[in-house]
Amino acid sequence: MNGDTPQTDLTPVDRLIDQFGSGMEATIPLLQGIQDEFGFLPLDAIRHVTSKTGIPASHLFGVATFYNRFRLTPVGKNMVRVCLGTACHVQGGGRVHEVTREILELADDADTTADRLFTVEPVACVGCCSLAPVVVINGTTHGLLDAPSTRKLMRKYNKAEKKAATEQS
Amino acid sequence: MEQTQTANDGLRVVIGLGSCGIAAGAQDVKDAIAGALTAHGVKASLEETGCNGACHREPIVEVYQGGTHWTYGGVTVAQAEEIVEKHLKGGAPIEEWTFQKGAIAGEVEAFFSKQKRIALGNCGVIDPEKIEDYLAQDGYTALTKALADNDRDQVIAEMLASGLRGRGGGGFPTGLKWKFTKGAVGDQKYIICNADEGDPGAFMDRSILEGDPHAVLEGMAIAGFATGATAAYVYCRAEYPLAIKRLRIAIAQAEAKNLLGENINGSGFTFKIKIKEGAGAFVCGEETALIFSIEGHRGMPRKRPPFPANSGLFGKPTNINNVETLANVPWILRNGGAAFAAMGTEKSKGSKVFALAGKIKRGGLVEVPMGITIREILQDVGGGSDTGAPLKAVQMGGPSGGCIPERLFDTLVDYDEVNRTGAIMGSGGMVVMDETSCMVDIAKFFLDFTQKESCGKCTFCRVGTLRMLETLERISEGKGKMSDLDLLEELAVKIKETSLCGLGQTAPNPVLTTLKYFRSEYEAHVEHQRCPAKVCKPLLTYSIDPVNCTGCTLCARVCPVKCITGIKKEVHVLDQAACTKCSSCSEVCKDNAIHIE
Repeated sequence: MNGDTPQTDLTPVDRLIDQFGSGMEATIPLLQGIQDEFGFLPLDAIRHVTSKTGIPASHLFGVATFYNRFRLTPVGKNMVRVCLGTACHVQGGGRVHEVTREILELADDADTTADRLFTVEPVACVGCCSLAPVVVINGTTHGLLDAPSTRKLMRKYNKAEKKAATEQS
Repeated sequence: MEQTQTANDGLRVVIGLGSCGIAAGAQDVKDAIAGALTAHGVKASLEETGCNGACHREPIVEVYQGGTHWTYGGVTVAQAEEIVEKHLKGGAPIEEWTFQKGAIAGEVEAFFSKQKRIALGNCGVIDPEKIEDYLAQDGYTALTKALADNDRDQVIAEMLASGLRGRGGGGFPTGLKWKFTKGAVGDQKYIICNADEGDPGAFMDRSILEGDPHAVLEGMAIAGFATGATAAYVYCRAEYPLAIKRLRIAIAQAEAKNLLGENINGSGFTFKIKIKEGAGAFVCGEETALIFSIEGHRGMPRKRPPFPANSGLFGKPTNINNVETLANVPWILRNGGAAFAAMGTEKSKGSKVFALAGKIKRGGLVEVPMGITIREILQDVGGGSDTGAPLKAVQMGGPSGGCIPERLFDTLVDYDEVNRTGAIMGSGGMVVMDETSCMVDIAKFFLDFTQKESCGKCTFCRVGTLRMLETLERISEGKGKMSDLDLLEELAVKIKETSLCGLGQTAPNPVLTTLKYFRSEYEAHVEHQRCPAKVCKPLLTYSIDPVNCTGCTLCARVCPVKCITGIKKEVHVLDQAACTKCSSCSEVCKDNAIHIE
């Protein structure tokens, strides 16, 4: 299983269990809390929930794989959500998605860049249909895009991140 | 536009900070205004509001002074600074940029004149993070009066008289739903607000929650009083962080004023609202799936009966209403059910919010009386196509709905009339399409969506939608047969007949309506391997027109597979065997030299 990181610090998970309790009803809030904390659902965090609350791991995984928001693999430093709702689709959102992946040099079946700087996630609709097509980068919405403006936008982010990464190392 | 807010003598600057306003740069504009106010030493109250629906004109800045009111649309940071300097400091409004006197005045008038704003009444008018603003618009008076009169039957009678039907798409009479829950036996009853707005292309619930959260909370509390429920949940999409934030603020403010919570205003009625964030599953808009999700399970619909009114959340009687439905409730109780029922058609009363998007000039949120025609919404309110090209169709009802062709645009906005076309009213998403939209591609887009979102419980919904999707993919690649069209129709009927919930029962609608109204487009794909809208990539061929090409090299530089070659200032050549049809070349060509057929 991807995302098995045995060194995960589980203190936040205990805090979440204190906050949401250990009943079935806590399943989704617990998973959301864990994902907010780690960016994804680490395997040992799930196991920890099971051992502390008694909620079966099969149930946690069933729920985690049913809902689109949950992910079992780590995310990149920057989250790029490309809207592929109806309005965005009609206005060229698919092309925006392609260009985004092209500029960030994502491998065919990957959603995260090899250097873990970017994750690109298609989403069904962010509700900004009048500004279609839109991309949400780290919570900031960019609207009325086309291929050239997307290329420019992604290059800007990519360049800034690459520069920051080089300076750090 | 309604201007219900009374301007005082003090100078007020109000900026629309809904999600769409922010996306259009409203936060930067607000910061610029704040900076300029300080720089010029102008004293003004800088305030926020939600979206007034004119999303195509964001960011919107309004200036109130004395009795006058100016609205600036499409404001840039530079313009914002100029507005502060010339208008706020100098006292001279820059009229040409305003809704009232500018070049766009006529368009703004057209956008708002046919609207009747009830659910959106306060959106773009009040500051959604200030309960005082809501109270100033008679907020919570409907709840307070209902509690003082203490007549639950009267509240339900008023709702029945209003004729309000579920605005989430179901169209079930709201008063009747309340009556069933009131009549159900249980020691604990629940109210759920369905804010899991999953239809891609619909965003009215987001805008109402961001722009007027208290109206929804008040509607929930009234529903709680009428049905005997004391606990409630708002189940909101996680994709709407601003809506969730404003709901939390609103709940805390209402509780602090004892308009929610224990023993509201000493009436003896207790009503507590919690927020549950969804986790991304379209099927959770279905009420039984939504209930399972709150309980901590996978959102898989179950058979009804028992209906939630009798056995819902945790097995207790539960009343579920959509955001827009609830936002209408305070108005109906304040003005009377008859006032609401005075608008609309025989079976569809009141007003309905529509989200206009796609190939439309004035996109945004509009609220119109039921009974006007689709054409009035698209042409008069929306201004027609954004490119000037004729409109081809409008998609209504999202993945459960269908494509209505231009020749049926005189259909009335009425639940039953829209159903007759094969589409549905749904939650009110209207995605407008022109000749550049391929109907096979649209059908494929929706099937791809429902196929991924099917919970997997019913075989035909799980496997049948996949088979339909594969068939559509074949057709869009030019590998379809005419018999595939019959296969699509056969599968569509079976999926409709054998699915438990609305998702499966309506999933084939986008295919059925496009087959019914745009069969010739399917035939062009199958028989001639041609996509008339030039959308389906495998059927397109790219080439360079030697007459128009100036040899500027732009296309060769942008081509990701380097299939374009040529010397500067000489005609370039495209190698069709290597071309991936990504359209990068045509996007950058300034000389109209890339030929697509």
